[in-house]
Amino acid sequence: MMTNVKSTNVEVRLPSRMGYEKVAMSTAAAVAKLMGFKEDRVEDLKTAVAEACINAIEHGNLLNEGLSVGVVLSAVDDALEVKVIDDGKGLKNLPPKPDIDKKIHGEEDPRGMGMFLIQALVDEAEWVKGVNGKSSYVRLVIRLDKEAD
Amino acid sequence: MSGWLSGSTKKQIELHKRRHEIVQTETKARVDQLTSPAGHPVTVLRYEGDIASTSKDAVLGTYQALPKQTSKLVLLDFTKVDYINSSGIALVIQMLIEAANSGQKVYAFGLSPHFTKVFTMVGITKYAGLFPGQTEALAAL
Repeated sequence: MMTNVKSTNVEVRLPSRMGYEKVAMSTAAAVAKLMGFKEDRVEDLKTAVAEACINAIEHGNLLNEGLSVGVVLSAVDDALEVKVIDDGKGLKNLPPKPDIDKKIHGEEDPRGMGMFLIQALVDEAEWVKGVNGKSSYVRLVIRLDKEAD
Repeated sequence: MSGWLSGSTKKQIELHKRRHEIVQTETKARVDQLTSPAGHPVTVLRYEGDIASTSKDAVLGTYQALPKQTSKLVLLDFTKVDYINSSGIALVIQMLIEAANSGQKVYAFGLSPHFTKVFTMVGITKYAGLFPGQTEALAAL
């Protein structure tokens, strides 16, 4: 059930301050609802966008409030693409999948679930290093599940 | 302790706190002592608000203040929690680590379908049983 949001772009700039990921989360949810995403997919997107913004604020911009996090939402036909852009150098490697047994037994940091959740909750996730060590971004794509509609 | 802070530092801290209040709901925690239908004492930790990196005192502090000898069954109530992020999940995992080391068992109820899925994805359900509501949880304890 598509409504009138074909090729629509929405942009938000967030301060690099914990908690402001919720602004991006709400904006992404509003766009996804306009596109006709089901409630469970909207919830998946909210968590993925929140985690991407937290990473950008904490690891990309190192909580420097002088830097902002850009969030660009592009609604195209049956998919919503979200780019979360920071001023960090980008990821060297993707962290390994978290292991709850290792965490419980103190062999792994209890933190470090964010990127795993992003990958698990959206249809596509890629981390792109910025040129000259700046403007790195994560690109998320979530698709409308036509078969379920 | 607050007497050690200069006026400008106090102002900065107040400003920082106010900024956080704009977007993050403070986590509240309440402790209830109940008895399960089987007659076991159950300590219920009821959370309200967001569960994020700023929730350490409410989530872990409240748990750590429980007497370990008498609080063998701990039940987490997430009914009034709308937002949990990965830092909040890490706090729950930290609690599970401490509970495992203290011989306590932790259970939870009241998570939304989405956060039930997230807790299952990250493997928390292996160490903390999830129930839809308090009645179901108590009946199983």
